[in-house]
Amino acid sequence: MDIAHSGTPSPLRRIGLGDGLFALALVCAASFALSQYGAFMDIYDKAILVAVIPSLAAIGWAWKPFRVFLAAATALALLSINLYGGDLARAEQAFFLKYLISSQTAIMWMSALFFIATGAYWIGLIARSDFAEKTGSALTWSAVTMGTTGLLVRWYESYLIGTDVGHIPISNLYEVFVLFSLITGLLYLYYEGHYATRRMGAFVLLVISAAVAFLLWYTFSREAQEIQPLIPALQSYWMKVHVPANFIGYGAFALAAMIGVADLLVRKGILASRLPPAEVLDDVMYKAIAIGFAFFTIATILGALWAAEAWGTYWQWDPKETWAFIVWLNYAAWLHIRLTKGLRGPMLAWWAVIGLLVTAFAFVGVNMFLSGLHSYGSL
Amino acid sequence: MRQRSTSRAFYELISSMRFAISLLTVLGIASIIGTVLKQNEPYNNYLNQFGPYWFPIFEELGLYAVYNSAWFLLILAFLVLSTTACIIRQTRPMLKDMRSFREHAKEASLAAFQHHERLRTALPTDNAAQQVQAYLAANGFQSRVGAREDGVLLAAKQGSWTRIGYFLAHSAIVLICIGGLLDGNLPLKIQMALGGKTTTSGNQLISDIKPESRLGLDNWSFRGNVFIPEGKSSNVAILNVKDGILLQDLPFTVSLRKFHLEHYSTGMPKRFASDILITDKASGKTVEKTIEVNKPFEFDGIMMYQASFEDGGSRLHLLGHDLRSGGKAPFPTDATVGEAIKLKRDGLDYTVELGSFRPFNIENMANEEQVETSAVARLEKHLGSGARSVSKKDLRNVGPSFEYKLRDSAGQAREYQNYMLPIEQDGAWYMLAGMRDSPAAPFRFMRIPMDQDGKPDSWFAIRSMLLDKSRHAEIASRFVATALGADAGEKVRTRLHETTQKTLELFALGGFESLGKFIESTVPAAERDKAADVFVKILEGSAWEAWKLARSVAGQPAPELDQKLGRLLRDSLNATSDSLHYGAPVYLQLTGFEEVRATVLQVTRSPGKPVVYFGSLLLVLGVFAMLYIRERRLFVLIKHSGDALVALSANRKSMDVEEAFQRHRKAIAALLEPAATPPAQS
Repeated sequence: MDIAHSGTPSPLRRIGLGDGLFALALVCAASFALSQYGAFMDIYDKAILVAVIPSLAAIGWAWKPFRVFLAAATALALLSINLYGGDLARAEQAFFLKYLISSQTAIMWMSALFFIATGAYWIGLIARSDFAEKTGSALTWSAVTMGTTGLLVRWYESYLIGTDVGHIPISNLYEVFVLFSLITGLLYLYYEGHYATRRMGAFVLLVISAAVAFLLWYTFSREAQEIQPLIPALQSYWMKVHVPANFIGYGAFALAAMIGVADLLVRKGILASRLPPAEVLDDVMYKAIAIGFAFFTIATILGALWAAEAWGTYWQWDPKETWAFIVWLNYAAWLHIRLTKGLRGPMLAWWAVIGLLVTAFAFVGVNMFLSGLHSYGSL
Repeated sequence: MRQRSTSRAFYELISSMRFAISLLTVLGIASIIGTVLKQNEPYNNYLNQFGPYWFPIFEELGLYAVYNSAWFLLILAFLVLSTTACIIRQTRPMLKDMRSFREHAKEASLAAFQHHERLRTALPTDNAAQQVQAYLAANGFQSRVGAREDGVLLAAKQGSWTRIGYFLAHSAIVLICIGGLLDGNLPLKIQMALGGKTTTSGNQLISDIKPESRLGLDNWSFRGNVFIPEGKSSNVAILNVKDGILLQDLPFTVSLRKFHLEHYSTGMPKRFASDILITDKASGKTVEKTIEVNKPFEFDGIMMYQASFEDGGSRLHLLGHDLRSGGKAPFPTDATVGEAIKLKRDGLDYTVELGSFRPFNIENMANEEQVETSAVARLEKHLGSGARSVSKKDLRNVGPSFEYKLRDSAGQAREYQNYMLPIEQDGAWYMLAGMRDSPAAPFRFMRIPMDQDGKPDSWFAIRSMLLDKSRHAEIASRFVATALGADAGEKVRTRLHETTQKTLELFALGGFESLGKFIESTVPAAERDKAADVFVKILEGSAWEAWKLARSVAGQPAPELDQKLGRLLRDSLNATSDSLHYGAPVYLQLTGFEEVRATVLQVTRSPGKPVVYFGSLLLVLGVFAMLYIRERRLFVLIKHSGDALVALSANRKSMDVEEAFQRHRKAIAALLEPAATPPAQS
């Protein structure tokens, strides 16, 4: 199998007409959002919105399919908002809302699509079917599109409950599980395109499916999907930057761990003829941990800045903070061993897999077993 | 000499990667302890948890404040030391390496690179060198030309800044640790050790606290809480240290004008805000400000945050109902939340400690109906908007409540929680009176039924009749008269009278529980249900007679028996039975209140904050520079003989190094041999 790489030095040099239109569309979308919803934002919210534009543009320029995804999710969300027309009860009456693009329904679609995508990738892997793998890929794209639509619409719905209730839907365990699934899915799709192989999907989609399974359990048995207003400590623009940065970290670490599993199997000769070679897996694992570590560092620092404002101290060894610190130490050590010692091989893969356990504990375990300031989503 | 080699070995050890990784691991494991064991709790909690044997051992190990313990700080100190040593050790070689182009590299060593390839050139050396140099510059390389006997070596590099990333990230760690130490409680520990400051107990008036427990205005690092009730002011902060407190004088006085507490309709808190007035002691300058969660305020170098709120001493108006048999009429009394009152009257000797007061309580009053539905129907219920609640909810404000401890003369205490307003349950209205024996247990509620007038008075009247032994004979006679017609024989009358009196006696002793035990011990198993029915009928009849009696004693007209009244009688019996296990001879009914709130502001002076923030900035820059700036060195050797060599090295092995090498090799090969190159293939 060939690993085809784009042969040009900088992706930013290949900006074409589509990229220009994409950037223009983003600017228009931001202007529309500012004019339409500016009254609900403070100066920091607006600054974040403006800063998001170049970031999204850069992602779209470096990774072309992202543009289509973003356009589709935005179009669906706008359609949904239009169908709502400011009346929550429409979710029960309008067919498209009830069965397609109201927030809960869209998230259900995301869940179903992720499950089917997982199956498709596995069929593709076992039966060496190119078609099944392509199907898996398309399903994963659809899943992240529906999930993003779901979150965007949920954001709007929260304001329909009451303008004092409205907030970005990344405030509790339910919402961040959706976010986690989306970010992990998108990171995977990026690497799938970058390394031109769909063979890793079977493994990465497993961890997303696990998250989705948890999400469904959380919905059906704990009714966690209901939009809740924000407690005073969470009413801050910091949430908009702290939480997504954190979940880029969690998502990347989860992805690295699943690649680690594949890497270990390949090294043992299991599925070795079907999966990409160990050196490719090793490279993806490193890239994922590097991006995860960089964003986790930012997220932790942003969290500290927020904590200083909300709780009066930037660091107070709250269980969530301490576990974030442990996660950070873990991957710092991983990167040191690899980059400075130049170590390669199964040990790093094992370490990445164990890293997921530490990360999962920091993400969910702390809420379940320990009490502290971050108890926004107890089980 | 030996001395020197030992210190050298020590330096080598602490600046080594192995040592750093071990430190990170130890630090990670040590941090876990503090997340498993709740930190900075009152020492009594730990004593209860671990018992008298382990408590002092764990205290000695510093487990109650792990992150401030000497051993944890020592690990951090070693991390700082190790990182510093590492920076010092790496600086010289790294800077040298950054600056150097290695334009004198030997051909043999270039040929030993993992990424290298021999090429041919058709151009004259100078021309070839110029072209390659232009290519290198266009591709973001800095290059240097090294002329040599057999030709020329172009040594190029890019991304050397990644080395700067190393310095940034590692100095950031040192800065953050130092800043953190300045803001931690180390400065306080030093002051206590050197300045002779000692903690004192929190249970005393602020004016009684001695100077050795007060910290002056010159203290440059502290974190404490200021407690201010509405309409009052404060100029000291309280620092919790271990099991005691220290007092921190503030350079200003803070008065609380008003505390705002807003809630969503679900009862969830929405906004905490304090309207405060700050008066500077030195200048007399005043500032008015509203502090909210997420909106702190800085004054005189001291940050003030909305930390929490408490009751500031609300005034509660209570009505005490004596629950003892033959008890006296209800008595009014007043109490202040947070204080204790003596209850010493009519043979009662108790202390009431008023713990808390809640002006409202939101409860979900919906009856949970478990309806089994199909999977499709369940899924359908979860579609639609996220705003919809799937389970039925009926959120209602059920009014104020308060909690208190009732302590007897022997020091034994039970906790009570009473609601001010009646609450509807199963179609009737009740006053809820909760009790628990230990703080860990949930409250068990006695439901006091409300009569037609919406008052608990009927229950108190019925209850006192039923439990008053001197009335039992009279109630029994009245019950017999009502239950049996005039034609019943004397024998039957006597027996029923005896049974009724016995029933009332047992019920007065321990409610339904005593009756149940009596039935179990005297009636054969097969007839118990029937017997129980009889007892309940007798009790209900007696309760009815008791009430009529109570009303005639009070000079009120006799009531008419209807369905509602029947319910009231049954509820009265239940509540009377429960009241025998209430554990207190008095029920305190809340009749009115004047709420006073207090705010708790956290005040800090943290000199390390700018250092930590600057360190964080360096850390982010450093991490990105280290991970995303790729250092590449490209060497192109062009010989007069027409031979050429391209070699590429990177500071890290990764797949894109090979990819970059191939790209540059192809391009350079095309430059050197324009004619021989086939059209570009991708």
